This record gives sequence, structure tokens and C-alpha cells, in this order.
Amino acid sequence: MEAEVLKALIAAMTAAGFGIAIAAVGCGLAMGLGLKAAVTGIARNPEASGKIMTTMLIGLALIESLAIYTLVVALLLIFVAPQGVSFTGLLGQ
Amino acid sequence: MEHPYLYVSAIFALFGPGAEEWAFHHVHVLYSWVVMAMLLGLGFLATRTLALVPGKGQNVMEIVIKGLEDFLVSIVGEEGRWLLPVSATIFLYIFLSNLVGLVPGFFPPTGNVNTPLSCALVVFFLTHAIGIKYHGIKYIKHFTGPSIFLAPLFLVIEIVGHLARVLSLTFRLFGNISGKELVLGILFMLAGAFFAPLPILVLGIFVSLVQAVVFFLLSSVYFAGAMEHAH
Repeated sequence: MEAEVLKALIAAMTAAGFGIAIAAVGCGLAMGLGLKAAVTGIARNPEASGKIMTTMLIGLALIESLAIYTLVVALLLIFVAPQGVSFTGLLGQ
Repeated sequence: MEHPYLYVSAIFALFGPGAEEWAFHHVHVLYSWVVMAMLLGLGFLATRTLALVPGKGQNVMEIVIKGLEDFLVSIVGEEGRWLLPVSATIFLYIFLSNLVGLVPGFFPPTGNVNTPLSCALVVFFLTHAIGIKYHGIKYIKHFTGPSIFLAPLFLVIEIVGHLARVLSLTFRLFGNISGKELVLGILFMLAGAFFAPLPILVLGIFVSLVQAVVFFLLSSVYFAGAMEHAH
């Protein structure tokens, strides 16, 4: 029973690590695309740079929030999974 | 990890052992009071000598409130100007709550999941109250989609989408601020003597402002969506 508990916890930690890494990949690609469009816009029309930069920052914050959701799930896996495992009776036996 | 040293909780703990246990378990409530006191003090100081040609403090507050009002009206339109007190309160409260986390010895109230959840629930219920006030019973048309045959499917999708709004608002703010606190704590533990947390503190100022602006923007977009006519 101890080996199963340990395997469950190791699986949770590994999933947390890989989850954040994959979320960072997607987030980086998406932010790069948004940044590229913003810089192109400023290069074509330098007078609108204030509005473009504001829109770009808001867009980046919204894209980043997807990676933050993954971070919250990873924190749940690392810190709350042991309680969840004990709740299903594995740790008690 | 053991609970970090927090000044206001330590001051509150002078009131006795019962207060001490409450103070260290409900840190976010205590620091919410601190932020509320700060906001009240700021408002009092800014409006002490109201003049037509403003002095320095009044000028700063006027710039902030005017900027928020212009931003809100550009999203919601002229008929949404009465939403400024709610939205500006949410913005200033979240901004100041995020910022007090940067001071060593203080805990940001938004670092606990309850504070962003309370703000998101206020926005959620206000959205539906606005929809019912502006449209009456026809507000249900916002949820039924383009044609009457697909109405049950669209009802489920729209309800789930609205609940997802609450979750997304909460976890965006909570994740940003608690992640920043975690990183600050770990860096302080690892290499505090070499001023390692300093870059995170600089990033933290930026993140605090951006998260408050994003919460304000999204709540304005939801209010605008409830006010407009259904497709």
C-alpha cells in the first residue's frame, strides 16, 4: 500500500511539472504572435503607439492568465494532492 | 512552511491569545481592513480642501478617477457612466491590495482565494442585476442564442460560460498574486542576503497594476454585454 501511495504522489508531482512546462510553451508562442502584430502596427503608424501598446499589454495579460490557470492546478497537485490521497483512504491503510 | 512574520497580525495578537489565533489564520481579512483604512485615509486627504484649481493631491486623484471614467465610458458607452463608483472601487481596492504584498511583513489580501472570489461574485451578480433592470424578462434572450430550436443547447453553454467567468476572474487574480508571493518567499529563503527577490519585486509592481486593470476591463466588458441588445 505504501508503494501505491508513493506512486500516486510521484505521478502528481510529475504531472504538475510537465503541465507548467507545456503551458509555458503555448503561452510563449501566443505572446510572441501578439507582440509581433503590435510591433508591426507601431512600425506602420508610430502615432498610434499609445493605443497599440495599451491593447497589447491587456492582450498579453489575458493570454498569461491561461498559464496562471495551469499554475493553480499545479499548486493544487503539489500541495493538496496528499490530502486528497489520504481522503480516499490510501494513506490510512 | 511556518507562517511568516506579519506586523499587523503581531499588533493584533496583543489583544490576547484568542485574537492571536484568529489574526494568524485570517490574515487576508486583517489586511483587507488595513487596505480599507488606507483607501479611506487617501480619500479623506485628497478631498480635505476641494478647490476649483486643484492642488497636488487632488490633482493626482482627479487624474486617476478621470482616467478610469474615460476608460469605462469607452467600453460601456454613455449610459454606463453610473457604473463608475463600483468599477473604480474594485480597481482601487484590488490595486492597493496587490501593492501591499510588496512591502516586507505585509500580506496581500488578494493572495488568499476568498478576496478575488468576493470581487468576482460582486461583478457576476451585478451583471445579471443590470441585465434584468435594463431588459426585464427579455434578458433570457441573451442566453438562448440565434434560433429558438437551439435554445436548450445554448442555454447550457451560456450558463457554463457565465460560471466560467467567475472562475477565470478569481483564478487570474489569485494565481498572479499568490504565485508572486510564493516566488518571493522561495527566493528570500534561498538567497535573501544577496537581494535576490529584487527583480521579482519590480515585476510585482507591474503585475499588480496590470491585474487590476484587467479585472476592471473585464468587468466593464461584462457590464456592457449585459446592457446591449441580444443578437
